[in-house]
Amino acid sequence: MLQQLGQLPMGWLLIALIAVFGSAAFFIGRVRAERLLLSTTGRMHSRPNYHGYYVAMWSAVPVMLVAAGYAIFAEQLTRTQLTRELPSSFSALSAAELQSYLESVRMAAGTAASAGADRVFQAVTNRYLELRGLVNAGTLVLLGILASAGMFWAQRRLKPSFRARALVENGMELVLFVCAGVAIATTAGIVLSLLYESLQFFQKVSAWDFLTGTRWNAQTEAEFGALPLFFGTFMIALIAMLVAAPIGLFSAIFLSEYASPKARGWIKPILEILAGIPTVVYGFFALLVVAPAIRTAAIWVNETAIQLGLASEPILAAQPTSALAAGLVMGIMVIPFVSSLSDDVINAVPQTLRDAAYALGATKSETVKQVVVPAALPGIIAALLLAVSRAIGETMIVVMAAGKSARISMDPTSDLTTITVQIVSLMTGETGFDDPKTLSAFALGLVLFIVTLAFNVVALRVVKKYREKYD
Amino acid sequence: MTDTARTSTPSAAAAKHLKRRRAADGRFRYYGLIAILAALGALAVLVLTIGSQALSAATYHVVRYDVTLDPAVIAPEGANRPADIARNVDGFYGLVRDNLLETFPEAESDRVSRRELSDFVTRLAVLPTAKMIANSPELVGGDIAMTAPLNDDLDLYLKGQGVRERKIKAGQITAVAADGQAGYRVTGAGAFDALMAGLAVANVGRAKGAAQVDVLLTAGVSTGRLTDITSGSARLELLTGKAADFSNSRPAARIIVSPEAERTISDRQIAWVLALKEMGRVERVPRWTLLTNSDSTYPELAGGLAAIVGSLLTMLVTAMVAMPIGILAAVYLEEFAPRNRVTEFFEVNINNLAAVPSIVFGLLGAALYINFLGMPRSAPLVGGLVLALMTFPVVIIASRAALKAVPPSVRSGALAVGASQMQTVFHHVVPLAAPGILTGAILGMARALGETAPLLLIGMVAFVGDVPSGPTDESTVMPVLIFSWSNNAERAWEPLTSAMIVILLAFLLLMNGLVVFLRRKYERRW
Repeated sequence: MLQQLGQLPMGWLLIALIAVFGSAAFFIGRVRAERLLLSTTGRMHSRPNYHGYYVAMWSAVPVMLVAAGYAIFAEQLTRTQLTRELPSSFSALSAAELQSYLESVRMAAGTAASAGADRVFQAVTNRYLELRGLVNAGTLVLLGILASAGMFWAQRRLKPSFRARALVENGMELVLFVCAGVAIATTAGIVLSLLYESLQFFQKVSAWDFLTGTRWNAQTEAEFGALPLFFGTFMIALIAMLVAAPIGLFSAIFLSEYASPKARGWIKPILEILAGIPTVVYGFFALLVVAPAIRTAAIWVNETAIQLGLASEPILAAQPTSALAAGLVMGIMVIPFVSSLSDDVINAVPQTLRDAAYALGATKSETVKQVVVPAALPGIIAALLLAVSRAIGETMIVVMAAGKSARISMDPTSDLTTITVQIVSLMTGETGFDDPKTLSAFALGLVLFIVTLAFNVVALRVVKKYREKYD
Repeated sequence: MTDTARTSTPSAAAAKHLKRRRAADGRFRYYGLIAILAALGALAVLVLTIGSQALSAATYHVVRYDVTLDPAVIAPEGANRPADIARNVDGFYGLVRDNLLETFPEAESDRVSRRELSDFVTRLAVLPTAKMIANSPELVGGDIAMTAPLNDDLDLYLKGQGVRERKIKAGQITAVAADGQAGYRVTGAGAFDALMAGLAVANVGRAKGAAQVDVLLTAGVSTGRLTDITSGSARLELLTGKAADFSNSRPAARIIVSPEAERTISDRQIAWVLALKEMGRVERVPRWTLLTNSDSTYPELAGGLAAIVGSLLTMLVTAMVAMPIGILAAVYLEEFAPRNRVTEFFEVNINNLAAVPSIVFGLLGAALYINFLGMPRSAPLVGGLVLALMTFPVVIIASRAALKAVPPSVRSGALAVGASQMQTVFHHVVPLAAPGILTGAILGMARALGETAPLLLIGMVAFVGDVPSGPTDESTVMPVLIFSWSNNAERAWEPLTSAMIVILLAFLLLMNGLVVFLRRKYERRW
């Protein structure tokens, strides 16, 4: 009986219960309000629907809170109790082993297919199901009591002078506020989770060694000197910006100053397609086309240099994946980030400034170079900063085309690794959360978050300040 | 004005200076044009490369096998329930292999060639037929024509991609005579002149002593390897078919540039596939399996169904979480929030959140959902929640812009007839802003659909062979499938990956098209 309860599809059941209790309560409230309306001689403060909403609110909100509590705590509660009851032979297991054992118990319980496994496992699974059934039953009882109590209490309050609408609207405003608060909660969640795991990491590896060490060997030898990663990230972002800054900027200038409105109407959306293509597609493109092309070119350069006697050995590394390939393709990807925002700020430069320059006899290009661009410079810098932040945080292109060897090399055709590549390769292995490998990924994530945040904050400030100047 | 100035002071230095300035002006314009063309050119190269690759993966070759469904093989006593038949891969594969051996008896002789012949079909390729027979058991005992996809390397060869070869028509062969063991001498006056010229071209730049280029000669269903080629005669080592086919024929010669050791397919396999084609048993058909099969380790069987369903489930979770929260948050910030420091902090926070690298959200998901809340790895539920956190700042920003665009007169009018603020907002402002809100939400979802990195961190990169049936099943999504496929070494995965990319882009295009449609139809300027 309890075991069957343990297999209930609680997710769907809770959603259904929210709907059932909510609509039942609405119906009760509304019917009661309509009776009041018929029996009373004067006017009612609120329309019957609001009385219905009021009762529904008091019934559905407790259900939702219980459901949320269930989602967060049920599994942990069951596991804690189960761990306490496990025979003493299990105490030899480490925390990670115990976790994976419990995870397999949960899987077996979910499919109800523990047949064939050994008897201890079967017994543990059955006990798990019983405990889970207990938790489920308790949740459902608690939920029923709370929902009925809320419904009963709320509908008792209904009377003609009851200000149901005001109360419902206050409740709704609270809901709206909570929704807006999710943004804060997300940021807090990011900061807390990164900080928490990073602090654990820095207890094992000193922060100074992490930031200044030059040897990164997280997978095998547990060496956590992240400087080569910072260098690789910087190098690839630099290559990307060397591509994106001139192309993006000149495109923006051409579009806003030279192109006809019709051409602009065509070209701008096409350029923005570049921003809409998933990064994994760019990564594939880099891997398939750009990296082999660069390798061929590098080999050709090496051979020519040796033939001409300029060098005795190959000057370029000419690796199959290279910083240059990743950087070039990333540059293409961030072009629209530069061009779109620059285009906006260039358009925001008042026409009077241009007219004044023309009146002094400046040519169009002189006007652009000496008047429009300087006037739009803060906005352009902001656009570039946002693009840099985008390039630093970009993952898929570098994962697919930049390589995995952590080294400091000025040769753009050698493979370099970046912060994001290492995060992916550290987090896709099957390691527990207390392993320094996994924790180092969070430390890298923290660095990435702080750096990109700094770029964004500065850029957004500049944009804001600049807007105020011309508005 | 400048004209008169110039005519009145025709200083040569000034004119020169002006000319230089004008030239600089022209150059500057061209820099802009070049920049635009560079960006558009990059886009074009990307689209064309992936498009042309995908086009080659849009069709593939299937081979027809006329087999008799021997009950003893596919439904032996004791294992003849439909469920057993559907699982009887060995039986059906045996039928196909026997059929191939019957067609090419020469492969019986040694183990290597038997293995080469059985490479034509992957064992699992017979599974659809097995299921079909299991559903209509009355076919057991009868004859059917079953089809199975050709091995990926041979498929690429028939598409002219896997192996570099040159086809040359030989001249009339007049005589075929036995020459030693398993060999023949084919003769015909001047029959191989064109071939020798071709060989000379193929050997240019080849180091002396490098592996010999292979020459295959095909007449009808028979193919042999040519050696000792002179203008009028050559030695033929028969690979398949009968030597008699060559007499009084004008066979086709193939110069295969890459040596056999460097290829994934042997000369014999080429001979057999050419023979099958000549028999009309090979057909190039649209590869619908790309949409109806799930992932496989064999390129010819792999498809994206599980990933497409996984993507849809993930997007469902994302939409159900990010859209309500994002829209309600936008309504609060735009319509209700008092203008104070707290609100300002909210705004700065949301703008920054929208620019946080996506991989950081993956770290958050791994730490919060998987490690702390104990949710299952690789599940669309967790993926959807991670993407929801990433998407909802985008939804907020777009929704706020849409709400801001509704003129204040609408609000004043509603308030003037006695509506409460809540009624004003939800009865009047939000419905008017709905198209804008919706388009913003769809754009946010489109971004989430193409996102890969955060999903890698929550374990959605695992190989998933089954279509997920619910949001807590193990699953993968389209971008992650593209990433996994691009990591595979075999050459045949490249076009497949491109085809998957095209499918993903088609979904994105659909969503963006919907946005354009909504904008055209509903957007109003106040």
